[in-house]
Amino acid sequence: MQYLKPASFEEAVAMAGEAHGDVRFLAGGTDLLVRMRMGAVPDVLIDLKHIPGVYDIERTENGGWRIGVAVPGAELTEHAGLRADWPGVVEAVGLIGSTQVQGRATPVGNLANASPAADSVPALIAAGAEVEVLGPGGRRRVAVGDIPAGPGRTRLAQGEVISALYLPPRAAHGGDAYQRFIPRTEMDIAVVGCAVSLSRDGNVITEARVALGAMAPTALMVEEAASALVGTTLGEEALEALSEAASAAGRPIDDKRGTAKFRRHVAGVLARRVALVAYERAGDAK
Amino acid sequence: MSMVHVSARVNGDPVEFLCDSRETLLDVLRDRLALTGAKEGCGTGDCGACSVIFNGRLVASCLVLGAEAEGAEIETIEGMADGEKLHPLQQKIIAHAALQCGICTPGILIAAKALLAKNPDPDEETIRYWLAGNLCRCTGYDKIIRAIQDAAAEMREEA
Amino acid sequence: MALDEGKDVKGGHDAREYDHQGPFRHVGTRPDRPDGVDKVTGRAHFGADAYAPGMLHAAILRSPHAHARILKIDTSRAEALEGVKAVVTRADFAEGLEGEDWNILENIMAGEKALYDGHAVAAVAATSKFIARDALALIEVEYEILPHVTDVDEAMQPGAPVIREGAAEPGLPEGMHPNVVRYHESGHGDVEAGFAEADLVIQRHFATEATHQGYIEPHACLAQMGPDGRGDLWCTTQGHWNVQKLCASLLGVEASAIRVTASEIGGGFGGKTTVFIEPVAMALARKSGRPVKLVMSREEVFRASGPTSSASMDVRIGMKKDGTMTAAEGTFRLQGGAFPYAPMEFTAMCAFACYDLKHVRQRGFDVMTNRPKQAAYRAPGSPMAAFAVESVVDELCQKLGLDPIEVRLKNAAREGTRASYGPTYPRIGLVETLEAARAHPHYSAPLGPNQGRGIACGFWFNYGGETSVTLALSMDGTVQIAVGTPDIGGSRASMALMAAEELGIPYEDIRVTIADTASLGFNEISHGSRVTYASGLAVIKAARDAKRKLIARAADKWGIDPEAVEWRDGAAWPAGDNAGSFEPLTIREICAEMGATGGPIAGHYEATPEGAGVSFATHIVDAELDPETGKVTILRYTVVQDAGKAVHPSYVEGQFQGGAAQGIGWALNEEYIYGEDGRLQNPGFLDYRIPVASDLPMIDTVIVEVPNPGHPYGVRGVGETSICPPLAAVANAVSNAAGVRLRQLPMRPARILEALEAQTDGEG
Ligand SMILES: Cc1cc2nc3c(=O)[nH]c(=O)nc-3n(C[C@H](O)[C@H](O)[C@H](O)COP(=O)(O)OP(=O)(O)OC[C@H]3O[C@@H](n4cnc5c(N)ncnc54)[C@H](O)[C@@H]3O)c2cc1C
Ligand code: FES
Ligand code: FES
Repeated sequence: MQYLKPASFEEAVAMAGEAHGDVRFLAGGTDLLVRMRMGAVPDVLIDLKHIPGVYDIERTENGGWRIGVAVPGAELTEHAGLRADWPGVVEAVGLIGSTQVQGRATPVGNLANASPAADSVPALIAAGAEVEVLGPGGRRRVAVGDIPAGPGRTRLAQGEVISALYLPPRAAHGGDAYQRFIPRTEMDIAVVGCAVSLSRDGNVITEARVALGAMAPTALMVEEAASALVGTTLGEEALEALSEAASAAGRPIDDKRGTAKFRRHVAGVLARRVALVAYERAGDAK
Repeated sequence: MSMVHVSARVNGDPVEFLCDSRETLLDVLRDRLALTGAKEGCGTGDCGACSVIFNGRLVASCLVLGAEAEGAEIETIEGMADGEKLHPLQQKIIAHAALQCGICTPGILIAAKALLAKNPDPDEETIRYWLAGNLCRCTGYDKIIRAIQDAAAEMREEA
Repeated sequence: MALDEGKDVKGGHDAREYDHQGPFRHVGTRPDRPDGVDKVTGRAHFGADAYAPGMLHAAILRSPHAHARILKIDTSRAEALEGVKAVVTRADFAEGLEGEDWNILENIMAGEKALYDGHAVAAVAATSKFIARDALALIEVEYEILPHVTDVDEAMQPGAPVIREGAAEPGLPEGMHPNVVRYHESGHGDVEAGFAEADLVIQRHFATEATHQGYIEPHACLAQMGPDGRGDLWCTTQGHWNVQKLCASLLGVEASAIRVTASEIGGGFGGKTTVFIEPVAMALARKSGRPVKLVMSREEVFRASGPTSSASMDVRIGMKKDGTMTAAEGTFRLQGGAFPYAPMEFTAMCAFACYDLKHVRQRGFDVMTNRPKQAAYRAPGSPMAAFAVESVVDELCQKLGLDPIEVRLKNAAREGTRASYGPTYPRIGLVETLEAARAHPHYSAPLGPNQGRGIACGFWFNYGGETSVTLALSMDGTVQIAVGTPDIGGSRASMALMAAEELGIPYEDIRVTIADTASLGFNEISHGSRVTYASGLAVIKAARDAKRKLIARAADKWGIDPEAVEWRDGAAWPAGDNAGSFEPLTIREICAEMGATGGPIAGHYEATPEGAGVSFATHIVDAELDPETGKVTILRYTVVQDAGKAVHPSYVEGQFQGGAAQGIGWALNEEYIYGEDGRLQNPGFLDYRIPVASDLPMIDTVIVEVPNPGHPYGVRGVGETSICPPLAAVANAVSNAAGVRLRQLPMRPARILEALEAQTDGEG
């Protein structure tokens, strides 16, 4: 395996273009090294951590956030500004693995690894996050939800690298939240994950986005669940409709982590709980 | 085989090594630098026995490549005691009998040290969640939690 | 416990050794363990921490199939790879083995068939880990895939694939499937008559999944073997004499040709009582002429080292309205993988051991399946029995409106009770644990909504076994003890405490070393909770032997009869006025002169102590159920157990807590998950879910001390009983919290939710 350290994203793209065989970009390595241990050793590994700016968390001009591709979970969860704006995204990133994993793992790696159960992805989708993608064909902005294509597969073209993660400015009176179901308290992969981001006008929900993890080959937005919320004050009826929409979403499977039936049930339970937290947060927000 | 040349600092001392690009930092510490205090319990980030502090962050050294250590500051269990003098966490782990077999102990000590650097007075729940990636199969964690709290109290007094 | 050796394991042995009623000076205190500093500084050397000049790295090729005939293995391409120094297959091991040695060989390297997913078929030694791994990919194995079975009940069905023809022992009931290889039946009285006396009889079916010991240190060793056929082996093990014996047998050499040194051991819980990789490393070392290091990956640990058995059980118990148990009966089917010796007789024998029963009968079936060979795990066979029996007892209490502790007290086995498995109990401590549990504030603490409390009892025989100890005195009067039982959980401290007690010298003056196989007589494995009991007894006896010799030197010097000398406070004293008037001679003074007064002084003990002393525990647990997701949280846990005499109470508490934690894992989340293809789906700590720190509460402990008549200080083994009650205690708590009873482990959330749904449907 060849180990390369580009000094810019352009160089990274060029290196990937010249390389033969299995080429991988390296962020925190918490997925990649596990895969390597299982025998999937790439031919070329391009470490992005020496590119200037990859450890930065900055406000963008429009009041959102730009997060470097090497910022690990630990750094992100310690960031007061991010925590205040996007508590749901931050709690989702904070759920990835142990303290040790947090010391390395990045949300972009979480996204590009394309596990249906990735914790940060539903939260990023609900938040309306985007990534900047650089490739032989140039630079483009892509919605987070458009990156995963299926378990372990992305829609990134050959040689394309994600160069930054963008969170939009938080809406006035907006709040987000994420929860997952796992059998233990920590160190498990989500059986189901659910993120809700919403805005309020007084007690009425004006906008909502609901995303689920581990209910389909990729994390997915559930329009029906969101529309169950909009225009309501999150009364029992709205919660019931939300819960039903969440349970009905996707195409969950039976596997060692849970049955489809269980996943559907828990999706409904989580959606309720998460919506309540997001609603509270939006109420507290300015 | 593509070997990578790396210089870093381990426990304050400069080190240099050549490693296979596929080798993990854990492999390098153990096999090339003869620092066998970090243990491999899983090799996949699940057990925490290989915990080290890497550029100020607690990490699993089995999830870091040796090649990534270029220019890094690394702290391992071997650097925890100050010469003859044990770190308060080390003393308290012994005093509370907070180890049985001891294979998890180096990782737990390193993780606990990182915790106390961030939070000098952690409550039980904080310690438990912080240590969720440090598996101990022998003790049921009870005495480990007590030892860490006791060490934290002592360190607060000394500070 | 070494079932294979056909040893008689009985708790009822009447060996009277108890002679020191105290007060104790050292025993019962909590000094720092002698190896503490090594273990907190990273200096302690575990299995994988050994290196040798010129060392090769080995890797094992494992079958991806649950059951397949091996048609051909071609290793030529691997051998041709640069850096590969040796490749071994079954042909490189001894031929003509029989019995358990053959089973073990077959397990560590497949012969004609691969019998489970992960079964070793070949191994490579090369100059680097990476080359060894690459070489595995070059070994070509041609398999003929055979139908497989991994479930114990399915393996007993007519038409189930046969794992091995002719493996069954004689004496089985008629008409058994060839996968049923052994049968056990025991008990007394007339159970049907007993059931007729009952007001309520409950019969239930139970199932438990296989769990793994889950020690954090994978199996690891460093092997060397010269062309003269002599070798050295460094490895992590609970019993290096057993490793020596097995390696010698499997390699076809004499035992004395191999010297085995036990490394520090990173947990075992029974799983490191046999060999998995050690003979393979030795064979590679022999073939390559180089030192060979072999370390299992975590995945290999799960796929190919001993999990415990899974079990299918039926239990029936009769009770009168006043709580008197009238009869009990149980059938216990255990699969132990593709080999005989699932510990089903222990399951059967332990099942009703807590109760004084006039009528009791238990049956056990040992069943083979396409799974790895089971290895001992903490009280092997007993936890599943306790799960089934204590669940039924609890259900009887619920239905009859009786207090679960009162009912257990009413029926508890006591001194003089005829145990369900045969012998008559000497002094035992079950009643004391129940009384302590009842008096504990936990038992009467209030509970919130969705919370429930469970209690359960558990039993383990404990074990003695062959033991040798040498206690050598230095010229300065300090002491060096060589024991043969690896220190898994602070046993060096316990040994030093007992020697300090006997010799009347400071704890710090004693150094305890784990001797290698060339330096001490044979020692049984550290298992069966035998270390503190048997090695401890041996240390006491060796210290007494040394004391006799010290006394003789003093008597000689004073010119009086040794009978007239007594040992006190680390010195020889004339015993009473008649003995004469002499200044006491301290151990230091005697030792300083030992060269001139008759030569070196050492105490020895070599024997097989048999009074291990059975041990009982009662656990209390509070659980909270999330009724919407089926998730259970353990809120509070109390272990009450009889330790006989706690030598180092902190380490006794540690054993109690560790066993409880493992039992909670077994109850809630741990399981071997096999796919349709017979492959293990969760060979890693991410999906084989042992409890993490945030899963558990503090675990309160109460040490009950009812002296074991079979030990000079009354010590009983404490390591195993603590894993017996939690499965049932948690199930009973869940039942009280949720109103549904789970009879299948683990009680994963989906299962609880299904049970809740079934209950609502039933009501609706
Ligand atoms: C013990 C353990 C526990 C875990 N628990 C969780 C959990 O609870 N929840 C969860 O969601 N995940 C979990 N994970 C998985 C993993 O930690 C996360 O997916 C993590 O976010 C991956 O980030 P990384 O930076 O380490 O990625 P890497 O391993 O560096 O990369 C992952 C993938 O993304 C690609 N990639 C990385 N950066 C880029 C880029 N900039 N452009 C294009 N491609 C890129 C890589 O090539 C690779 O294919 C766990 C892993 C471990 C080892
Ligand atoms: S060995 Fe690194 S986490 Fe287990
Ligand atoms: S003390 Fe053995 S694993 Fe923690």
